[in-house]
Amino acid sequence: MNGFAGTAVITRLALRRDRIMLPAWVYLITAGLASTAYTFRKLYPTAAARAAFAVTGGGNPALRFLYGRLYGSSTGALTVWRYGIWAALFGALMTIFIVIRHTRADEEAGRQELMGSAVVGRQAALSAGLLAAATANLALIVLLCLALPLTGLPAAGSVALALAIAASGLAFTGIAGVAAQLASGARGARGLAFGVLGAAFVLRAIGDSAGPGGPAWLSWASPLGWVELTRPFGGPRWWVLALSLGLAAAGALVAYALAARRDYGAGLLPDRPGPATASRWLRGPATLAWRLQRGALAGWAGGVACVFAVSGAAAKGIGSLLGSSAQLRDEFTRLGGETAITSAYLAALMLLAGLAAAGYATSVLVGLRAAETGGLAEPLLATAAGRLRWGLSQLAVAGAGAAVLLATAGLAAGLGYGLRTGAAGPQAARLLGAALAQLPAALLPPAVAMALVGVWPGGAVAGAWTALGAVAVIDLFGQALGLSHWLLDVSPFTHTPRLPGGPVSAAPLLWLSLAAVALGVFGLAALRRRDLG
Amino acid sequence: MTNAIEVHALAKSFGRTKALDGLDLTVRTGEVHAFLGPNGAGKTTTIRILLGLLRKDGGTASLLGGDPWRDAAALHARLGYVPGDVTLWPNLTGGEIIDLLGRLRGHPPDAQRKQALIERFALDPAKKARAYSKGNRQKVALIAALASDAELLILDEPTSGLDPLMEAVFRDCVGDERRRGRTVLLSSHILAEAEALADRVTIIRDGRTAETGTLTELRHLTHITIDAELAGPVSLAGLAGLHSVELDGPRLHCEVDPAALNDLLRRLTAVGVVTLTSRPPTLEELFLRLYSSERPTARATR
Repeated sequence: MNGFAGTAVITRLALRRDRIMLPAWVYLITAGLASTAYTFRKLYPTAAARAAFAVTGGGNPALRFLYGRLYGSSTGALTVWRYGIWAALFGALMTIFIVIRHTRADEEAGRQELMGSAVVGRQAALSAGLLAAATANLALIVLLCLALPLTGLPAAGSVALALAIAASGLAFTGIAGVAAQLASGARGARGLAFGVLGAAFVLRAIGDSAGPGGPAWLSWASPLGWVELTRPFGGPRWWVLALSLGLAAAGALVAYALAARRDYGAGLLPDRPGPATASRWLRGPATLAWRLQRGALAGWAGGVACVFAVSGAAAKGIGSLLGSSAQLRDEFTRLGGETAITSAYLAALMLLAGLAAAGYATSVLVGLRAAETGGLAEPLLATAAGRLRWGLSQLAVAGAGAAVLLATAGLAAGLGYGLRTGAAGPQAARLLGAALAQLPAALLPPAVAMALVGVWPGGAVAGAWTALGAVAVIDLFGQALGLSHWLLDVSPFTHTPRLPGGPVSAAPLLWLSLAAVALGVFGLAALRRRDLG
Repeated sequence: MTNAIEVHALAKSFGRTKALDGLDLTVRTGEVHAFLGPNGAGKTTTIRILLGLLRKDGGTASLLGGDPWRDAAALHARLGYVPGDVTLWPNLTGGEIIDLLGRLRGHPPDAQRKQALIERFALDPAKKARAYSKGNRQKVALIAALASDAELLILDEPTSGLDPLMEAVFRDCVGDERRRGRTVLLSSHILAEAEALADRVTIIRDGRTAETGTLTELRHLTHITIDAELAGPVSLAGLAGLHSVELDGPRLHCEVDPAALNDLLRRLTAVGVVTLTSRPPTLEELFLRLYSSERPTARATR
């Protein structure tokens, strides 16, 4: 039988199932870029204003770490610098979700078995996942090419940016396709692909923020780096697009080769038998929640440790970047000199750690709803373990996991920085404190997730991730977009002291904690009152 | 306390769909009670209300003398449950899950008894749950429930994935449990199973109780099948309560209402009977009659 038989039908099915999610992603990514371009045009209308901003913004290593390199000082260049890589990152996230959803997630749920029994080839599902993701990226090209010129950006640059972002999306389509074959389930496949995405972000972050003689070439090792290196508004290098497309093709080929060898429902590693009896400590909802989460948490902690150790090590020499011109030196002295710039860089790292911890804890609490709809809550709640203990256990694991991740990030960044500056102990302690100061703010998005699981079960998963996404957008782009103050205040991280370097005050930490606890309690109370299932 | 489960006029709606609409169910302590009904009749909804997973909209429900919603956790310590669609934690082994469910109930299972059941059901407890087939997942839930010391077992279509051999093991186990004085609520589609195991039966349709009683009682509700070979021709004129009569010379096949059986037999013996078989209705016939009299509308199963 032709391995691709039935691909067209399954692709149409996939696109039909994604008819809301896919346009929403494409729209949000386009809207983000267009509004960034619009805001820069309004805030910096003259070439002189843009040039001054380019010097301070584009030269600041903390900002280069978060956003990337700046090529030129046109509105287009500023837009790519501030949002281009992040738009590509969101595009990659969209792509990974789509590919895994139509490959491993369907396989795990058994839907693919039903489809595979019809006249459908063994490569059809993978093809449908890849094609659906490719369709999304094509739609992104079309929409960006329409929207960006409307904000006043030059047409050629707009096309180059659209192609660069979509090409990076296609590269992650291939990567997600491979991840779907390697892992033994949908969750593992998603984790693997997200891991590659995180690594791509960090590689380019370190390359982009590297001082003179630093590893600037690392940006070339990242599909996200290729977006900025295409230089859409600074004399486009069209050939860089070929790197993304080549990676996309290679990924797809490897995925097809693996899919042809793999058994249905299995990863590349076979399952080993486990213990025939439960260990003594596995005896309640809390230990069960820990047992189910510990593998994922270990994966997250390992990833966080690598990323933050390397990023911390890159902090050394960041302040010396600006030796070149007198104007730059004056500007940076005004910003606080080398110490303040390094602190700002490390504080930006801590913000990312806070967002990562919030993301992990949110995924754990959204798991409550998944257990409910997936039928795992039923056998548990038919025992003497009440709903309250069930919910509390999950909350405890989420909160403790967030704390572990933040501590890991702080220690790793402190050791990475400290070992290079010769003060490992003090730096580790200082950054551990700075990281843990993010905990109250990091617990607020998961607390919102808990409240939603309690009161609005049908929309809890989408609502919780939207809330977290809104917080991330406000923190990363709020000031550049000129958002009003009350909107910036919505994010809990706006109220967290900027550490290290900033003034410490306990009051916001206290009331953020109280708000998180109140939301968690509210969610638990609502969960006790409603129908399950 | 004589009734393990007492449900009266139970009502539950999901949006505009009425899943339960005045359901009555009484399960006496120590009996095996079969809970029958077509797909979507409301069996699983009733069970979920009894487990405190869903809140009832109207009527009364009591489980082991308590309120299933308010006293959920305390009551669950005293019951074992096998869901209709068994989902297990994919990265735990079957053995771990059996132990865990027992401990969650507050009574860790007796190791010897658990081992005996694992052997009886031929389960490999060292396998990860994601590798189990539907039948094996069901065995895990069944062993966890049967190994417990719970007073009440609630089994929702427990044999739908088991092979005939394992079904026989299951029947033996339920027989053992009844002898030990445990109460069993057995929701099922498999009529032979209910017929073999149940002391009493409740049949529901469209969220309401259609019939309830012992099998003997229910059999009075439907016809007895008669096949007879007679010494000569017989006239059945004037007899009430006869259905689908086929009279072919001395051979007679007919169905008769239980109340009219005596009259018919008198008429037959007057002619002279060569052979006679009289068969009570099977549960299947009972079931078919209850459902075909009014086509049930499709209802969402929750």
